[in-house]
Amino acid sequence: MTTTLVSPNLTVPEKAHYIADFELFNKNGATVAPAWVRQLRQKGFARFAEMNFPTMKDEEWKYTSVAPIVKVPFRLAVEYPSGVLAKTEIEGRFFGQPGWPRLVFVNGIFSRELSSISGLPKGVLVKSLGEALKENPELVEPYLGKYARLDDSIFAALGTAFLQDGAFVYLPTGVVLEKPAHLLFVSTAEKEATVVHPRILVVAEAGSRGTVIENHFGKSGQPYFSNVVTEIVVGEEASVEHYKLQREDENGFHIATTEVFQKRASRYAGFTLDAGAQLGRNTHRVVLDGPEVDCRLNGLYFAAGKQHIDNHTAIEHRFPNGKSFEVYKGIVDGRARAVYNGKVFVRQAAQKTDSKQTNKNLILSDLATVDTKPQLEIFADDVKCTHGATVGQLDESAIFYLTARGISRPNAARLLTFGFANDVLNHIELEPMRVELEAELLARLEASSVAK
Amino acid sequence: MAITDENIKLHNPTPEPGVEELVSREYKYGFYTDIEQDKAPKGLNEDIIRLISAKKEEPEFMLEWRLKAFSHWLKMAKEEGQPKWANIHYPEINYQDIIYYAAPKKKPKLDSLDQVDPELLKTFEKLGIPLEEQKMLTGVAVDAVFDSVSVATTFKAKLAELGIIFCSFSEAVQNHPELVKKYLGTVVPPNDNFFAALNSAVFTDGSFCYVPKGVRCPMELSTYFRINAADTGQFERTLIVADEGAYVSYMEGCTAPMRDTNQLHAAVVELIALEGATVKYSTIQNWYAGDKEGKGGIFNFVTKRGKCLGKNSKISWTQVETGAAITWKYPGVILEGENSIGEFYSVAVTNNYQQADTGTKMIHFGKNTKSTIVSKGISAGHGNNTYRGLVKMQPRAKGARNYTQCDSLLIGDKCSANTFPYIEVQNSSSSAEHEASTSRISEDQIFYCKQRGLNTENAISMVVNGFCKEVFRELPMEFAVEATKLLSVSLDGSVG
Repeated sequence: MTTTLVSPNLTVPEKAHYIADFELFNKNGATVAPAWVRQLRQKGFARFAEMNFPTMKDEEWKYTSVAPIVKVPFRLAVEYPSGVLAKTEIEGRFFGQPGWPRLVFVNGIFSRELSSISGLPKGVLVKSLGEALKENPELVEPYLGKYARLDDSIFAALGTAFLQDGAFVYLPTGVVLEKPAHLLFVSTAEKEATVVHPRILVVAEAGSRGTVIENHFGKSGQPYFSNVVTEIVVGEEASVEHYKLQREDENGFHIATTEVFQKRASRYAGFTLDAGAQLGRNTHRVVLDGPEVDCRLNGLYFAAGKQHIDNHTAIEHRFPNGKSFEVYKGIVDGRARAVYNGKVFVRQAAQKTDSKQTNKNLILSDLATVDTKPQLEIFADDVKCTHGATVGQLDESAIFYLTARGISRPNAARLLTFGFANDVLNHIELEPMRVELEAELLARLEASSVAK
Repeated sequence: MAITDENIKLHNPTPEPGVEELVSREYKYGFYTDIEQDKAPKGLNEDIIRLISAKKEEPEFMLEWRLKAFSHWLKMAKEEGQPKWANIHYPEINYQDIIYYAAPKKKPKLDSLDQVDPELLKTFEKLGIPLEEQKMLTGVAVDAVFDSVSVATTFKAKLAELGIIFCSFSEAVQNHPELVKKYLGTVVPPNDNFFAALNSAVFTDGSFCYVPKGVRCPMELSTYFRINAADTGQFERTLIVADEGAYVSYMEGCTAPMRDTNQLHAAVVELIALEGATVKYSTIQNWYAGDKEGKGGIFNFVTKRGKCLGKNSKISWTQVETGAAITWKYPGVILEGENSIGEFYSVAVTNNYQQADTGTKMIHFGKNTKSTIVSKGISAGHGNNTYRGLVKMQPRAKGARNYTQCDSLLIGDKCSANTFPYIEVQNSSSSAEHEASTSRISEDQIFYCKQRGLNTENAISMVVNGFCKEVFRELPMEFAVEATKLLSVSLDGSVG
């Protein structure tokens, strides 16, 4: 039986460039991949073909229009743009820790010369996914594409269709990776609008422990689109800390799908920072697929100018005695719009679940908008679940308290805003990163309307 | 006194009824009155709408209004069908299989209760609302709606003295067309949503109330709605207008007899508060919820909305929803006037296979507007309870504030509770706070009560009533008593 991929949805003009690129992609380097990878791509492509780009009529995209992405004919970034990025530019992004093992990707393609991997514990892999597919397929195949759901996300489907390179972090049973694995994704687009589809796979076997930093930034004269798909599997009693920093430049569009699977008694702590991009969207899903699981999600977003930042999180409790704690905070200035949607599902078997979710937003400008939607869906009775959401301003009485003590009003406002955000930054356990992000936050506050 | 088996028996003379027995308790108000009905043929088309309008001897503008609404509905039905976003599941409704007009056969106009059909009076007696008693003891003016036609209105004269108009909607259309024309559809436009459009096209009756400037309505106004004839959807329409500085408190309570086929109920309620006016609207809804297998029961698809038009006006919704197989209801307030206040207090109970997707919408337009939302959801059996609420601060709603609290109580492990709040803020001086919690009745609480001699059932009833207290205290006194009773009946035996 031959299956035909041509469906009515394929003929829409906004998919044309993706389709053309997919054909080229298939003809070129992509053919060297193992058969199962090619099948996975076909599956992703078929799904991409079937689906439509979401509109604001879709509940999941109610407050975020992807029209600005859809209307740009992004071409697949293939060539390595030599000389565009000075080595010094990259060096400023190491949190002053050049000793941390790092993988650098320029436009989604692994750059050996900018990367540095040494001194990893035995059995630990921190390498490009492209290489891992060739050298360690037995470690990749059981996981890759098994967790990123294609059914409800056209972007995950698109990313899977163009799956080629990215990062692979593997922690064998019982091994501890002390230094964080630093994954840098740099995007540049100088001649035409380009799209990259970085793929990240993190596998932590039973009892292992490690930290992964996903660091996205861009420097570009043209619009560019980072379509990231990340899969993280945390084995029994394993522990993974995951930092995702999104600091794309003002030409950037960033759509990330992060899927985390946690097995029995594992621990996952995720931290998300959104400071860049003209349109940034994170879909962060965690499945607590075993009992006694501990899950923490923290996030900070700072949107100014005409930025649009959207964070969708979903935590699904499937087994008893799970814990999940989530705190997302946002500062919204200028004409920016911030969207938060946090779901917590508690399935019937997940008795004794303890879940707490908080979203707090500070609006600094009359033209800014915040849309927040915390959601609880609970099917078990012996649970303790709460959520809270606030949208508001700095407490006038706190400002008064400070000004009464001789601190100028702008300084008082800055101090309080910093305190508001720092609450989340305090969850960062990597000291050098926390210090750098605090400094960045202060610098941004200087430029914001808080200081006026 | 030593604790012996005998002593225990003494304090607990009858063994507590088992879960099975309690859960299988039948709906108390399931009876059916046999009254000759004047029915329209099944189906929905322009002719039926013309027939309804003609039967009600409506002026031309009402017919036009209905036909326009019908064309909206047709368009919606064709393009999108009935709304699918709510967290409820039910078979597709065949709108051509419903009788849109049924009225008890026309009788000459009556002046006193003696002239009312004794069958009808009996029905109300069974419902526990004998008009006589209500009249004498409670001072409540009751506008009883039996199916679609208003049968008796009490205390009319007394209200008329103050210039308050309180009558059935059909009467209002005939006697006060200028008021109806001015306000009808200004809060819930006919094209607002699928069910509102349907209602606007085919509504048969309802209540109308107008309180003139500066008048404080001296009594709680109330109506009891009742669905009777099988396969008759009831589409009532209520319009309450409080003019400047006026105050009115309105109560609505309902029961419906047991029927096997699902009955559709798509009401529209519009409240309008002008400058300095207050409207308080309380509902107890205890329609037939279907049997314990989830068969039958009322589909309650209601659009209720108020508009605080003037400065310093206030609209307050209080609801206790214990009945209906499916509830789809979001009483909201549009806060237009400066300093206006919107409130929503709700208790929603779902037991057996009941589904409720309910909540509120608070849309802030005016400066310094305030809204408060307190929602308590209780799920038992296979019940599915969803809170869905929208709080929206428009760019010009400077200094607006909202406080929302939604708590869910789960009883049993087959039910579910969901919370879907939508918070949209578009200026930098408003603030919105939302908190929600989900929990169950803890063993400790039950143990504590049992230790003090309460049986399990009473202990649960006590905890549940405590959980709902914040809402119950907003109810008018007459309702508060009924609500407490209703709650314990609804949850009978849901905990083993």
